[in-house]
Amino acid sequence: MSSWPILSLVTFLPLVGALFCMVVSGPKEAVDRNCRSAALITSLVVFVISLVLWARFDPTKASFQFEENVAWVPALKIGYHVGIDGISLFFVLLSTLLTPICILASWESIQMRVKEYMIAFLVLETFMVGMFCALDLALFYVFFEGVLIPMFLIIGVWGGKRRVYAAFKFFLYTLLGSVLMLLAIIAIYWQIGTTDLPTAMEKLNLPFQWQFWLWLAFFASFAVKVPMWPVHTWLPDAHVEAPTAGSVILAGVLLKMGGYGFIRFSIPLMPEASQYFAPLVFGLSVVAVIYTSLVALVQEDMKKLIAYSSVAHMGYVTIGTFVMNVQGVEGAIFQMLSHGIVSAALFLCVGVVYDRMHTREIAAYGGLVHRMPRYAFTFLFFTLASVGLPGLSGFIGEFLVLIGAFKVNTWVAFLAATGLILGAAYALWLYRKIVFGELTKDSLKAILDMDRREIVIFLPLVLLTIWMGVYPNSFLDPIAPSVDKLIGDFNAAIKLAHTASLR
Amino acid sequence: MPIGLESWSLARPEIFLAAATALLLLYGVLRGEVATAFISVATAVALLATAVLLFAPYREGTAFASLFIVDRLTTTMKALVLVGAAVTLLMSRAYFENAKAWRFEYPILVALATLGMMLMISANDLMALYVGLELQSLALYVVAAFQRDSIRSTEAGLKYFVLGSVASGMLLFGASLIYGYCGSTAFVQISKALLEGRGAEVGTIIGLVFVVAGLAFKISAVPFHMWTPDVYEGAPTPVTALFAVAPKIAAISLTVSVLMGPFKPLMHQWQQIIVVASILSMALGAFAALRQNNIKRLMAYSSIGNVGYVLLGLAAGSEKGVQSIVFYLAIYMVMTLGVFAVILMMKRKDVMVESISDLAGLGRTQPMMAFALLLFMFSLAGIPPLAGFWGKLYIFMAAIEARLFWPAVLGVLASVVASYYYLRIVKVMYFDEPAEPIDAPAFGVSRAVSFAAAILVTLFSFAPQPLSLIAEAAAKGLFR
Repeated sequence: MSSWPILSLVTFLPLVGALFCMVVSGPKEAVDRNCRSAALITSLVVFVISLVLWARFDPTKASFQFEENVAWVPALKIGYHVGIDGISLFFVLLSTLLTPICILASWESIQMRVKEYMIAFLVLETFMVGMFCALDLALFYVFFEGVLIPMFLIIGVWGGKRRVYAAFKFFLYTLLGSVLMLLAIIAIYWQIGTTDLPTAMEKLNLPFQWQFWLWLAFFASFAVKVPMWPVHTWLPDAHVEAPTAGSVILAGVLLKMGGYGFIRFSIPLMPEASQYFAPLVFGLSVVAVIYTSLVALVQEDMKKLIAYSSVAHMGYVTIGTFVMNVQGVEGAIFQMLSHGIVSAALFLCVGVVYDRMHTREIAAYGGLVHRMPRYAFTFLFFTLASVGLPGLSGFIGEFLVLIGAFKVNTWVAFLAATGLILGAAYALWLYRKIVFGELTKDSLKAILDMDRREIVIFLPLVLLTIWMGVYPNSFLDPIAPSVDKLIGDFNAAIKLAHTASLR
Repeated sequence: MPIGLESWSLARPEIFLAAATALLLLYGVLRGEVATAFISVATAVALLATAVLLFAPYREGTAFASLFIVDRLTTTMKALVLVGAAVTLLMSRAYFENAKAWRFEYPILVALATLGMMLMISANDLMALYVGLELQSLALYVVAAFQRDSIRSTEAGLKYFVLGSVASGMLLFGASLIYGYCGSTAFVQISKALLEGRGAEVGTIIGLVFVVAGLAFKISAVPFHMWTPDVYEGAPTPVTALFAVAPKIAAISLTVSVLMGPFKPLMHQWQQIIVVASILSMALGAFAALRQNNIKRLMAYSSIGNVGYVLLGLAAGSEKGVQSIVFYLAIYMVMTLGVFAVILMMKRKDVMVESISDLAGLGRTQPMMAFALLLFMFSLAGIPPLAGFWGKLYIFMAAIEARLFWPAVLGVLASVVASYYYLRIVKVMYFDEPAEPIDAPAFGVSRAVSFAAAILVTLFSFAPQPLSLIAEAAAKGLFR
């Protein structure tokens, strides 16, 4: 492998851009312009470097690649250990892809305190990427919780009317979950004497009673992040109040931190407890899929509707994760990636009309197809992708998850599948209300279609959605060995525990 | 027993500080008020020079017939106290000049208080402990009331004095009981008596409870915290900054060396007390601060909460626990000094303001100051990657190792509640519309301190190793 610490480069390069933004000074217009460009250039460079990761990633290996392991706090046996495998590779790419898109999407809509905004986004990127790369529990926690600081500010400073409430709710809810995880991490630390994740995966062999409590502690953190019913209530508020780009990152990356956490930590470190609690997860997920879909049907706010649909879609992820077979877990990962792109794009679609009309009321729109054909196409495309139209990315993930679930429990699969119908109902209903019909409202008569900048934003997302839907193997191939290993280790651990209990 | 040269050389820093203070006092008396500026700087320099003397060269051992002990732990704690006192002293000039209370007695009193703190940190005997504690307390009572034409300041001083005397009385009463049952006031003898099973009687335990109560007052742990908010609010701001840092660190160090030293054999008894005090402090520090509007009062509750975390480390009763305390205190000192440096810069049209609503919109009117305060607030809330997180992590590591699961869970939950009021300050600064703008901070010590503290708090995550090594070495001092 190359001697370049490429993962650290991807992680910390955004900070360089943030530092530049911090020191730049001059008249307001110049500062704003420079900060925008600096942020965009930095994030694009980071994206390109992260593509190198994909290019040089060996898809046949299940182990961690691009590893860097430096003693960080040797006194506490905490290391700066980063590396990626098939599971985390695409999450890193997702983060680095969405950041430049977010910055571009905020180009005109953010006019107030541009400098701070760009700094917040770049710092956020560092934390997100670092979190998906971290192979040390303490390091992971630092990044995982560090995300809260920039996100709190993004919602609170640049958000809508009830932004203060939403920012506090977001922060306190997620903090409450993650502090319990911190204690669990410390407990693991005392079991094996280090916070190194690969060491923990190898050595950690907890009695069931311990697994029980630690699993719950991790669950508290990840379930809030995913978010699972009934701890999802922070999400609609945060989404509605956050600026468009904030919602994009929230839906696109932050929610995935929960699902990723389950796959990376809960299952390998606490296999028996994961099996024990799987029915609980299924139950909550099925409720999430059906209940939040129904809730989405009656929303009057576009962003709120998409927020509830996120909860429903993430329900598939948690089902897929805990069916504990190859199809389920791969499906869960794929669903997360797909949702990361599709829901991000849907929030961007809302942003497009919000920037023009400054309202998210569904009732304030209608008949946009007459004035905005390009917009109508884009919106329809992503609505269908979200619904799960075969050929687009949403279908693959949901299909794999349902296959996996069907193997384990037909009822879970059946109930989850009803969510597909409901999902189609609310998504198409939203689309009909906003885009179809007669253009009767005076306020909409002069609305303009998407400009070049907006097309540039959507184009990569459209192409990716098609690619993922038509040829998912480019993505599933690198994922497969790592998932196989995960499932293999899991089954071995369960078997071991089973024979131990028989003896 | 003749007192050898060894004793004098071990107490070198203390002797230097005492001599320097005496000389500066003489100079002040001769020159009068004009010498204030010089004396203040000279005292700060003397404090820092004392800190240097601690390490150049470093020696350890006991002196003065075992009344006085020097080891890694005491030296580290003294260094923290000295730096804290020196920095707060340097920050105080502008405030006192503004309040027309810029007198040379102030630096002298601070130096005397610091000398008392050093003696109590090094105490190896209940008598030495009491002498040090009183030297510190008496100087601090005066300092709290230093702005003598302000009713609030005088009231703060009086309150502190009355309640502090009660606490000293309790401590003395406890000490006399312990002397009665163990037959000595020397830590070594007490420890021996307890290990041999002599003296581990109800009388000793009652004495211990009184001693702990007296110490709990000094570190403002619940339920002996009542004085803290009033004194913090009433005392002149530089004095509040001093209170939040130096005496607190000294008293915690004293508590650690008393409980982990001679009373280690009674750990099962005192552990329960400390756990309860810790949980109550964390909870009260979190809940009572929610509705405060005065930032100094808020910091008072915040310090009560922070003491709760320190006590959790103490309750662990292990080497890791002591390490975590040293680590936590060092970080706590930097954050607190930073916050107070910002508070000292909060002026509107040259008048000090101290309510949280005065900070409204600071993110737009004074971005650098607001950003520094934002970092301190997130750090105090324990959010990574800022320094405060590492302090909490270390404490909880010690607590989990000692299997204090429920206190640890309650502790993290309290930290979530506490984060609400730290965030509230961020909200006021960044989310609210600007109020009448705060004056641009003048170039000066406060600005330099807040800047340096902000840098330390932010970059700490890149190199937590040195501090953890220092903490590790310090804790070894107690476990040999």
